[in-house]
Amino acid sequence: MSKKVDMKVDSNNFKGDMGDGEKKIKVSSKDLWLWYGEKEALQGVNLDIYEKKITAFIGPSGCGKSTYLRCLNRMNDLIDSVRIEGKVEIDGHDIYAPGVDEVAVRKRVGMVFQQPNPFPKSIYENVAYAPLMHDIVKKGSDCDELVENSLKGAGLWEEVKDMLKQPGTALSGGQQQRLCIARTIAVQPDVILMDEPTSALDPISTQIIERLMIELKERFTLIVVTHNMQQAARVADMTAFFHIGELVEYGETEQIFVNPQESRTEQYITGKFG
Amino acid sequence: MSKIDKNNGFYIPQLEKRRAKAKRFKYIAMSALIVSLAFLMFFLYDMFRQGIPAFKQTYVKIQVEITEENLENPYGFLDRDMISIVSRAWLRDLPNQAAANPEWLGTTQEFWALAGAESDQYMKGGENRLKDRVKDRIDELKESGDIRFQTNLIFFFTGDSKIPENAGFYSAIIGSILTMLVTMSLAVPIGIMTAIYLEEFAPDNKLTQFIEVNINNLAAIPSILFGLLGLAIFINFFGVPRSSALVGGMTLALMSLPIIIVSSKAALKSVPNTIRQAGFGLGLTRWQIVRDHVLPPAMPGMLTGSIIALAQAMGETAPLIIVGMIAFVPDAATNILSAATVMPAQIYTWSGMPEKAYIEKTAAGILVLLSVLITLNAVAIYLRKKYTKTW
Repeated sequence: MSKKVDMKVDSNNFKGDMGDGEKKIKVSSKDLWLWYGEKEALQGVNLDIYEKKITAFIGPSGCGKSTYLRCLNRMNDLIDSVRIEGKVEIDGHDIYAPGVDEVAVRKRVGMVFQQPNPFPKSIYENVAYAPLMHDIVKKGSDCDELVENSLKGAGLWEEVKDMLKQPGTALSGGQQQRLCIARTIAVQPDVILMDEPTSALDPISTQIIERLMIELKERFTLIVVTHNMQQAARVADMTAFFHIGELVEYGETEQIFVNPQESRTEQYITGKFG
Repeated sequence: MSKIDKNNGFYIPQLEKRRAKAKRFKYIAMSALIVSLAFLMFFLYDMFRQGIPAFKQTYVKIQVEITEENLENPYGFLDRDMISIVSRAWLRDLPNQAAANPEWLGTTQEFWALAGAESDQYMKGGENRLKDRVKDRIDELKESGDIRFQTNLIFFFTGDSKIPENAGFYSAIIGSILTMLVTMSLAVPIGIMTAIYLEEFAPDNKLTQFIEVNINNLAAIPSILFGLLGLAIFINFFGVPRSSALVGGMTLALMSLPIIIVSSKAALKSVPNTIRQAGFGLGLTRWQIVRDHVLPPAMPGMLTGSIIALAQAMGETAPLIIVGMIAFVPDAATNILSAATVMPAQIYTWSGMPEKAYIEKTAAGILVLLSVLITLNAVAIYLRKKYTKTW
């Protein structure tokens, strides 16, 4: 699948290059603050997320990791009481800049949710709907091809190719979640956000999705919120630890788990709280 | 349950008391159901007992020599007993019939003439004010087969009349249909659109909360107040013709709106928020999400709510009395601006009449109205069962 690059990438914006040259910053937040009404939920988060890597956010419940994730595609805009300050840049462009349409941002930054949430429509329509609406394809063989490729990309094609007209809600939980992933990659985003994508699934489906995530990072930048530290250790290249609205520590996964710099990180990793 | 063995090691002395308490509660709850069922059965039995006779009507065979003189004075050619038996309405209509059939002139025609309400009641064994002489005459006619019951088509195909045997439900049925058309075409689109706006688009602020609280309150306002509102605004201010299906329909639309809005909002709320989130996550606009993913699963609930609201409006009388739809309307309305009456208003009018024939027709009208309402509710249940999706 060819990726449309319709936004110029300014090479001067590459920052935080950690020396090995292959890491390119895709998403970057600068002093990001967020309030739910009066309640402070994020306290000036600065974070650089690298292209075509899996970045995991870990932390105890209520630490702001999901809130932060939802800032990255402006999903928090849907909550009336939310106030956001600071910048989130994707390829160096601030998504909160005036004049930026949040719908256009979400097309570039897809999202997979905790609860598998296929539309109450057929498997085919679930995948084809958004690309048709975005004019990525026209109805017909192009669309069929995109559906097939997306379902293949989500590792679901072999299981559903004979039942594309069946409702998406008739699939098992793990299949539904892969359908949601297929639906997301069909829009051809740059970044895919996953909010605890396996927490509602059984261990076998979880394993399938984790394998899928590692395949997907060839093509997409993946950002995953997870409650499951082992999952972060298994799949993530980079890990960020959040605690009470604050980004406590961020680094390569191995370093976070083996040699955490902050005592809070260590306590969380070793199960002293959380 | 088999007899309780107290020596089996599982025996708890208090348990019997607890069970007895549970049983008592169950019987109390059951008796409530039985009482309400009994009321319903009694009501239905009474309506059928009184209403069913209205669906048949007495007709009497007479021979009339069609002459100019007889047509001019239709009361002249019958003997005084027969004048009491045959309906005045039929006699009055005879010249019209003769005019429509000019070849009758100069011949003697045989008719099954509509019988008057009193003779009809005598035939049905009800109270009547006939003289004994006339009763004997009817008995004679019965023996010779010259008086008999026929299906009462008049009830379904003529409007109201001051002559009881000639009064029918037709103009009320047509009036109800016209009024409901007006109500439906106003209340359903406005109500559903309002619900969509409030539930899917409106920001959650003090103003929308205020509006929602007031819509919920409106649903509980006595319907007669909507009648006053209709009178003040539609008739006095906008000058919509009084008694018309238009003003009645608009008044009922006002009354149905809150119910439609509340039920449509509930239907939209029942669509899980994860569906909307999914749409946003794919970069869809709110309208695309609402149109293609929220409305289809919410539609059956919205339609059910609308049908129930319309059924309720159809059975509404009070606000329509205020806007003049209680008027005596013998001829069915031909458009939404002409004077009309509706089924419940017609029932109300008849219920105030002393004649037994009208009491009969009151019950028959209730039966017709009930069947329409039951049909509407059945359609609503069918739609809900057929299209409801579960997640």
